[in-house]
Formats: sequence, structure tokens, C-alpha cells
Amino acid sequence: MKSRMIDVEDLTVRYGAAVALDGVSLTVGAGEMVALIGPNGAGKSTLVNALSGILRPAAGRVTLGGRLAQVPEGRQMFPDLTVDDNLRLGGWRIRNRDTGPIYEVLPDLAKLRRRRAGLLSGGQQQMVAVGRALMGRPDVLAVDELSLGLAPLVVADLVRHLRELNTERGLAVLLIEQNARIALDLCTRAYVLEAGRIATSGASADLAASPEVAAAYLGAAA
Amino acid sequence: MSELVQYLITGVGGGCAFALVGSGLVAIYRVTRVVNFAQGGFAVIAALTASTLLAAGLPHGLAEGLAVAVGAGTGLLVGLVAIGKPGTPPGAALIVTLGLGVFAYAVEVLIWGDQPRSFPGVPGAVEVFGARFQAHYLLIIGATLAVFAGMGLLFTRTDVGRALSACASNPYAAKVVGISVTRMGLVSFALGGALGGLAGVLVTPIQLVTFDYDVTLIVGGFAAAILGGLVRPALTLAGGLLLGVAQALVAGYGNAAYQMEVALVLMLAVMIWQAARKPIAQEESMEGQAA
Repeated sequence: MKSRMIDVEDLTVRYGAAVALDGVSLTVGAGEMVALIGPNGAGKSTLVNALSGILRPAAGRVTLGGRLAQVPEGRQMFPDLTVDDNLRLGGWRIRNRDTGPIYEVLPDLAKLRRRRAGLLSGGQQQMVAVGRALMGRPDVLAVDELSLGLAPLVVADLVRHLRELNTERGLAVLLIEQNARIALDLCTRAYVLEAGRIATSGASADLAASPEVAAAYLGAAA
Repeated sequence: MSELVQYLITGVGGGCAFALVGSGLVAIYRVTRVVNFAQGGFAVIAALTASTLLAAGLPHGLAEGLAVAVGAGTGLLVGLVAIGKPGTPPGAALIVTLGLGVFAYAVEVLIWGDQPRSFPGVPGAVEVFGARFQAHYLLIIGATLAVFAGMGLLFTRTDVGRALSACASNPYAAKVVGISVTRMGLVSFALGGALGGLAGVLVTPIQLVTFDYDVTLIVGGFAAAILGGLVRPALTLAGGLLLGVAQALVAGYGNAAYQMEVALVLMLAVMIWQAARKPIAQEESMEGQAA
């Protein structure tokens, strides 16, 4: 069995009295691409923030088998800083200041390096967010809503980059998506999160073939 | 003509102190969203510390440097109490700084008494276009310009400066990349303390300092900082210089007793102007969206 990069056991996260995650268990193996799909408000971003330590769980356990970096929902740029400065800050935790390798992996960013991040298009910002996460030299990437608000062609380009990072560098990916079609196409396994609980999980192909999942998330008639 | 030049230069000198205090307010507010009411106290503590160290025989430069370090340490202490507990709302932290500012009065009176203090600065006088003024004003102006240039480099060329800017513009993203927003807040309080301390040691040779001189500095500093919306150091420098010159002109051609009123009127005018500008900008943006 592959070593686990992410191992979440019975995770519960509360915002005051409200339960955002209720006994969630999930694993991502080394070099694996796993999707987490679900509707708005299901607790997907809460799970990512719990993985990266921004939120403290009320119960349960998060075990990481390597370095995790997060591509947050909404890109979350430092808008007044340049692209290069945004990337440099991505290496803050491990004191990595060398942005050169990021421009090799994401060459489109090279010509934008002196531009202020707040002036970039949504797709360019998402590319910066991915590059910033890579500056932390992660073993696993948690990508929160990669496709949100982006044109299909831009999303296809980002997906191609993620696939390359996975196949060529062995980077494990947890892809959190409302767009289930993209997530199930890209990842081999998937979890469906509904109202803070894992409703179902399995191979992406099996989930895509399931009438319930297809009806709820792929726009097919049940 | 020579009178006007003298007022301009002394006004710029006085304005530098406001700009330094104001930039300390900006450094702290940008990162923590806390308006630090103890900011003027850092200047007073540093000024009184420098007077004691100089009286004890320490040479100029070392005494003032140590006093600025004491200002930075005081800033760090205030920061620890005000925002040390993660999740403290800015409103609560503001009240804490106000309380600590009042508490500082008691400490200052206990240590230094309530009599005004001063110490000599750069000796001699300089003449420009027939106007004579103390050479110390040149040190104040030069040091302030150097500090603002240094701050520009700090925020754009160093990792700590970038991290401070990151916390100011997007605290959530800062947490995502592993920057401790609380720790950066404490760094900003120490920076604010050093800037306030520098204002104190620079201004004391031209202005007697008492324990309650912080009120003058905080009002002037706030009036300077508000010009840049409490977030822009360069506009804070411009605001400080504008205020200093306005006060010097009012004192020179009118009545020196109205200096505080000048600061308050300027602050009020800027706040009204900014409040009036915002709805217009919002309306324009909404019209743009509708179109």
C-alpha cells in the first residue's frame, strides 16, 4: 500500500455551536490525485483549513505524511505585491526564496513577475496561487476550487499543469471542487462531502456512473 | 522673506516629528488594524530615557540609540498586551493601548517627575536666505528622510517587510503560506515603538518634553497619518510636513496658542474630505457595473 500523505480520522470542526465537519475520514496516498466534491457550504474549505492548521479541530486527527501546501479558494493574492514577491512568500515556511524553478514549471508567470498580483486576470492569479504553493516544496497539494470563476480554456490549462506536476514530479493532490466533472475526470478517487459528512466515496469512474452522484453533481437525470 | 523661510524650515522640522509618530501609527495599523493610542507615549519614554542617559554621561548617539531601542521595547510590550492573545478584536486592542497610554503617565511621573526635560542637540545655527535656525533642524529633517527611505526598502526589499505587507493586505493568505499574523503584529508594534522613540529623541532638543507631551504628538501624528488613510507611509510624511508648516505659519503670523487647533482642523478636514470622496467613488463603481 502506498504511504499516506494525508490521513484524516473522525475529524470534527465546529464554528461555535455550528458543526462544520462531523466525523470526516479521508486519505490521500503518495502520488495520488483525490477529489473532494460537494455542494456549497458542505464544509470543503473548512476541511482544507483544518489540514493546513489554520482551523483547530474539535475532535479527530489529521496526520500528514509530508509537506502540505494549500491553493486557497478565491486565489487569495497579496494584491499590492508583485508576482515574484507573492511567490517568495510561498516559501516563507521553509525559507525558500528561489523562485526560478517555479518559472520553469509555470513559464507563463515569468513575463508577469514584476506585475502587481492585484492587476492580473483570474486565471493568472490562480497560476500564481499554484506557484506560491509550490514554493513550499510540498509533497501534497490541497487545491481549493481550482475552476471557480474561470473560463473553461483557462481551467483546462491549469488542469494540464496539475496533471504534469502529478505525473512528472509525483506530487499528490487533493482537489476540492464544486465542478464535479472536472474533479472526477482528473482524479482517480473521490469523496462526496454533504452537510459536513462524507456521503459516499470510491473510484471516480464508479462515482461518475452512480445515478445519485450523476444527478446531484453531473447534471444528469436520476 | 527670511521670516517665511525660517517658519518653513522650523515647520518642516516639527512636521518630521509628526510624520515619524504618524508612520508608527501606520506601521501598526496596516498589520493589526489597531489604532495605537499609546504611540505618543513611545516618543515621551524615549525622550526622557535619552535625557537620563545623557545626564549619566553617555555620549550623544549612543544615548539616543539606546533610547530608541527602549521605545521599540516599549512598543513590543504594548503589542504583547494589546494583541498577544490571538483573535483579540482591533477595537478591544485599541482600548488596551489607550489604557496603557494612561498607565505610562504614572510610570513616567514616578521615574522622571512632572517637570519638563530637554537635552542639547546639534550645536550651532545655520543661515539660509537670511533666515537663522538651529542646526539641529537639519538633523531632524535628514534623519526623517533617511528613515522613510529605509522603510520603503524594508517593505519592498526584505522578507520581513514583504511579510508585514502581506499581513496588511491579506491576513488569511498570510496564514495559508505560514506567516504568523500575531508575530508580525508584534514586529509592527516594535517598529512603531522605534519610530515613536526616534521622534521623541529628535524633537527634545527643540521642544521641552513632559510626561503628557504625547497628546500633542499623537494628535499631530494622527492628523498626518489620516491623510494616507492610516495605511500609506509616504502620504503620512506629506501630512506631517503639511501640518508642521501650517502650525509654524499660524504661530509665526498669528498666535502660537492655536497650534493644536490647526492639527485638529486639518484632521477634521481630511476626514470629511475622505468621507465625501468614498460614496462618490462607490457610486461611480456601481454606475460602471450597471453600464
